[in-house]
Amino acid sequence: MELTGAEIAIRCLQEEGVEYVFGYPGGAVLFIYDALFNQDKVKHILVRHEQAAVHAADGYARSTDKVGVALVTSGPGATNAVTGIATAYMDSIPLVIISGQVPTSFIGEDAFQEVDTVGITRPCVKHNFLVKDVRDVASTIKKAFYLAKSGRPGPVLVDIPKDVSNQKTEFNYPTAVSVRSYHPAQHGEEGQIKQAAQLLLDAKRPMIYAGGGVVLSEASKQLIELVRLLGFPITNTLMGLGGYPATDKQFIGMLGMHGTYEANLAMHNCDVLLAVGARFDDRVIGNVAHFGQVPRKIIHIDIDPSSIAKRVRVDVPIVGDVAHVLGDLLAVLHSSKQQPDAQALVAWWKQIDEWRGKNCLLYRNSDEVIKPQFVLQKLYEITGGDAFITSDVGQHQMWTAQYYKFDQPRRWINSGGLGTMGFGLPAAMGVKLAHPDATVACVTGEGSIQMNIQELSTCKQFRLPIKVIALNNRYLGMVRQWQEFFHGNRYSESYMDALPDFVKLAEAYGHVGIRVTKPSDVEGALREAFARKNDLVFMDFQTDPTENVFPMVPGGKGLSEVILAEDL
Amino acid sequence: MRHIISLLMENEAGALSRVAGLFSARGYNIESLTVAPTEDQTMSRMTIVTSGSDDVIEQINKQLNKLVEVVAVMDMNEGDHLERELMLVKVRAVGEAREEMKRMADIFRGRIIDVTDRSYTMELTGSGSKLDSFLQAIDTSMILETVRTGACGIGRGDRILKL
Repeated sequence: MELTGAEIAIRCLQEEGVEYVFGYPGGAVLFIYDALFNQDKVKHILVRHEQAAVHAADGYARSTDKVGVALVTSGPGATNAVTGIATAYMDSIPLVIISGQVPTSFIGEDAFQEVDTVGITRPCVKHNFLVKDVRDVASTIKKAFYLAKSGRPGPVLVDIPKDVSNQKTEFNYPTAVSVRSYHPAQHGEEGQIKQAAQLLLDAKRPMIYAGGGVVLSEASKQLIELVRLLGFPITNTLMGLGGYPATDKQFIGMLGMHGTYEANLAMHNCDVLLAVGARFDDRVIGNVAHFGQVPRKIIHIDIDPSSIAKRVRVDVPIVGDVAHVLGDLLAVLHSSKQQPDAQALVAWWKQIDEWRGKNCLLYRNSDEVIKPQFVLQKLYEITGGDAFITSDVGQHQMWTAQYYKFDQPRRWINSGGLGTMGFGLPAAMGVKLAHPDATVACVTGEGSIQMNIQELSTCKQFRLPIKVIALNNRYLGMVRQWQEFFHGNRYSESYMDALPDFVKLAEAYGHVGIRVTKPSDVEGALREAFARKNDLVFMDFQTDPTENVFPMVPGGKGLSEVILAEDL
Repeated sequence: MRHIISLLMENEAGALSRVAGLFSARGYNIESLTVAPTEDQTMSRMTIVTSGSDDVIEQINKQLNKLVEVVAVMDMNEGDHLERELMLVKVRAVGEAREEMKRMADIFRGRIIDVTDRSYTMELTGSGSKLDSFLQAIDTSMILETVRTGACGIGRGDRILKL
């Protein structure tokens, strides 16, 4: 039977087992929305802004290991989606974005709601397609899902002109897909893996540094086994949190600009570094030249060859899927007669424990004013460390990363690479839909939340009882912190005057709002909010406006040049 | 260092933009870029002349390989290779210069492919540096117009870039 391009697109989503499509209709996607209307397998979540559609699909993908799907119209629909697409691209999140396009005969004529979507998104997608022939719709969508999910994952966009979505052809969903120019690596090279094992066994001051690749590759099990087998210290990047259990004694905290003192010093001073699915970015190792001052052997496992030797020289590169490579590495270690150097390890752990003794995350609590760190500690306690936590971007994001101890992967959902304010709430919608019975909280600030606050309306429509934890310090806190440290206390445009009454705002959207002004009320408010299983509760915590995030490695400095709270 | 990178890619709309966009987005140099379909109509072959440190060239190769439409990449400088570029030059050819220009064309093994009473148009092929030498060897005031294709490269002997 012949189907229209629009019907084919929806059938493809059904074939891929897509549960939810996050989107917003418009002229160029009317046929696709019509096809959506005539079926009930794929559920559509109507957001209030296309950026949120992509973030919601992203949150869904991050929390499930499935591909997130968004559907937007041409022109402004597509441009609004770009921030979401770039966010997913930077963090390697598998998404398929279907965008409508003006009819093929109008392309290039500056038609109403026409933009060169494929051109605009080209630098921030793994790949994109403009489908000019209805006979290519099915095979293109099949390819899109394959590309998004395989290798180093990423967003793939499929742009479908309106006439293509209305033309008819036979529908056959391809069972297999192959792209002759695309062969992502799976297994690492055996010789390299053996070399890596030898380096690890000979190490005196070893360190394991694991990033988002561990989460994406579902490699936590192998990582935990490896770390326990070797007895080495391990740190996670912001994207890797949860990839290794944070409450484990071998975990020495997150590293990087706001990482722990012990993680950063161990990273700096180690003699053998095993990097797993991480990319040595500027927020992680700070100044590259400074990092290079200490001679160390680096083993780097990554599925993307271009991530290896991009910022630092690597001694043993291993290109492959992290889970596979770690499995093979474990096999080599298990079969080796040699044990890690126990004596050296004792000395190394003694040194690390000394650094740990600084207790770098200690903060001075107060009876007068709510300290943001205190709220997060309480959040951790009350949710038993078992919630899905999304965040926006800024101080609250760093405090959450520091104080919420994630023991499982895919529980910490944040925009690490692009640093997109406005990510948290829509991402939480995707998470909540994927895990309807789980506790989902969005930690945000009064700045970030206003970037996509309209989604409170979506949450009402689809009954998504997310807990919004707004740390409201009346400042764009991270901007204020940098202005305090590096711009002579000139708080240029970082103070937000005329903030809305968030309690009334939440109520206006049909939700519950709670304002908390006293430290003694923090715990009670959180308990009340989480007890309301069926309500979205917006908690407006009026926090200390002067609090800063410590430790801090200032931009351009080395990991050992860290500023601690006690230094000031 | 100057490198000649050859690649095979899908002969599809937008593939060129992906490569060109990659170079501008990541701040890599492009000295020249030339592209045309191969004997297999589904594929184009592109030659990019770029320059950079060893680390940068390594990244360029990796980033090119990462593009979904790129089928194969070869850094010509990693082995023996040939480089050729075509240049068309229109020069003034009046009076004494008429003979002089013809001689120069012969010396550089160029051919005169268009003649008027006031000008010659010459065709020269060779490495980029040979074409540079020709332009340096003649009086610049005599040059009316030049156009160059950019270099293309091919491996010597058994070095073959093919799917």
